[in-house]
Amino acid sequence: MAVNVIIDKCKGCSICIKHCPFDAITMENRIAVIGSACTGCGACVDKCPFDAIETIEIKKEAVDLEAYRGVWVFAEQRDNKLMPVVIELLGEGKRLANEIGTELCAIVCGEKLEAITEELFAYGADKVYVADDSELKSYRTDSYTKVIFDAITKYKPEIVLLGATHIGRDLGPCLAVKANTGLTADCTSFDIDPGDKKLLQTRPAFGGNLMATIICPDHRPQMSTVRSGVMDKAAYESGRKGEVITLDVVFKDDEIRTKILDVVKTVGERVSLTDAEIIVSGGLGLGSSEGFELLKRLADKLGGTVASSRAAVDAGWMDHAYQVGQTGTTVKPKIYFACGISGAIQHIAGMQSSDYIIAINKNESAPIFEVADFGIVGDVYQVIPAIIEALN
Amino acid sequence: MKILVCVKQVPDTNEVKIDPVKGTLIRDGVPSILNPDDANALEAALSLKDENPEARVFVITMGPPQAKEMLRECLAMGADEAYLLSDRAFGGADTCATSTTIAAGIKKIGGGDIIFAGRQAIDGDTAQVGPQVAQRLDIPVVTYVQDISVKGDKVEVQRQLEDGYEVIEVKMPCLLTAVKEFNEPRYMTINGIVESYKKEITTWNHEDVDVHPNDCGLNASPTQVFRSFTPPQKGKGKILSGTVNEMADALLLELKEKHIL
Repeated sequence: MAVNVIIDKCKGCSICIKHCPFDAITMENRIAVIGSACTGCGACVDKCPFDAIETIEIKKEAVDLEAYRGVWVFAEQRDNKLMPVVIELLGEGKRLANEIGTELCAIVCGEKLEAITEELFAYGADKVYVADDSELKSYRTDSYTKVIFDAITKYKPEIVLLGATHIGRDLGPCLAVKANTGLTADCTSFDIDPGDKKLLQTRPAFGGNLMATIICPDHRPQMSTVRSGVMDKAAYESGRKGEVITLDVVFKDDEIRTKILDVVKTVGERVSLTDAEIIVSGGLGLGSSEGFELLKRLADKLGGTVASSRAAVDAGWMDHAYQVGQTGTTVKPKIYFACGISGAIQHIAGMQSSDYIIAINKNESAPIFEVADFGIVGDVYQVIPAIIEALN
Repeated sequence: MKILVCVKQVPDTNEVKIDPVKGTLIRDGVPSILNPDDANALEAALSLKDENPEARVFVITMGPPQAKEMLRECLAMGADEAYLLSDRAFGGADTCATSTTIAAGIKKIGGGDIIFAGRQAIDGDTAQVGPQVAQRLDIPVVTYVQDISVKGDKVEVQRQLEDGYEVIEVKMPCLLTAVKEFNEPRYMTINGIVESYKKEITTWNHEDVDVHPNDCGLNASPTQVFRSFTPPQKGKGKILSGTVNEMADALLLELKEKHIL
């Protein structure tokens, strides 16, 4: 889709300029001109009071879309354990597969994968494509890209979903270029177009200020990455069976161009913010790293975990693993305490789906209060001890 | 050694505010900046040049003519040459099409021993263009790089993971995407700013980099924006009042009434 200005109708009112999220429109001789920053998002089309902006379809060389069937989930494993996002993708993948009327498949690479394969069936996969080889034990871009691209070429899935982990975000782009298709990053919801069954992929754009629904109309597979904690987990059905398809794994010399020399763990245990039901999160308003010890006391009391805004990570008070927000983790706990967090949109983007948000901030005009269910204007160092006391 | 850095000019999304009444973006006065992760990528390249003065650092971007301002900043930080890929035909590109254009620009420059890019740009947060450029150039890629040491014709890098990092060895030429933990980007120097105005910024269009208009921009983008909308704002909740202890009690009462606690 692209947008076009109908010159005869444009009155030069500049309303479109204000509404363009990408700053792509300029006025030349009182006529709107669409510049190269235009993404064809269409935000200006509805806003034009004179109907002077239209969308135009671009015809493209068609791929045989009918040849592609099935929803695939990349079953990312580390140390032979499935990443939590895989179970969420299987849950969402099942829903999409049912809506399209096709099957849910998982593709897994690694070594000694029998137990994981059983687990994937139990979580709803109808078929599991298994690439079992010592070269695939740990993720490497070249080895995983080759094996999965070969499988995509041979078995032609219509949808491929990957977790937006450090691995999924490395693998996805490489696969998309090889398969000559699109990839939509960090999707937060999916729908199936009731007419032509194409995948509607919705994601935040522009730091969460704008939501965009992306389609991949003429290329297959339709590929997306999804952050963990965004979709609902698949149900576990013990003993459920499915079909195993074994993939051939053959590498030529020098085909895998990177070598892992060492793996170093820096965080004691993987911080599982996405699974936490209660999160007590702190920001710059805490003033120092000691504030997090106070938050930890409340978190421990409630059986929750502590987290942090980006500002507190940048200040060196918390490790990046605890960061909630656009460039950190997306969370949706039952209760999210935002303590001394002003509420930058990047932060809000990562926690706004929490069931209940409680904001504690000295500044009553802090944007965090706009999204909070309950707000307390006050000093964190007084309010938190009072809550702990009230809990006692 | 020849080091290339892929950079992008982005609106500073930290400065973007939402109009609370209309629910639209307020763009007035939002500055355009060098994408933060790209500043780390450039710093990584310049640090290698500090260690190895014969090294040359080239920056390349795709964007509108205004992107020259950002390239000038890169030159003032210490880059040797700057290239702008700018053409209406490149417009509306998704990551797939962007990577085609940037890869073509890199080929025209003659490639590099190390190509750095930022992990992701703050306006789209996709983290796709770096690895996609590597695929198109058929060179190995390591993403989320937080440290590097050059060892002969290879580099040893740390690749950040969610709970630690991997140490990875890769042969040059290779493409590496930098995270903010990599380094602290340097500031422009006065001398650097003066020098930057003496340097030419090379601008290329689609013919210069030999890419057909059908193979770039909107025409070559598999993904399209179907619609865009402002996310529904969650309604404003209740602001509690009273003394600190009264507010704490009121909060717990509310949470208990709603059976959340």
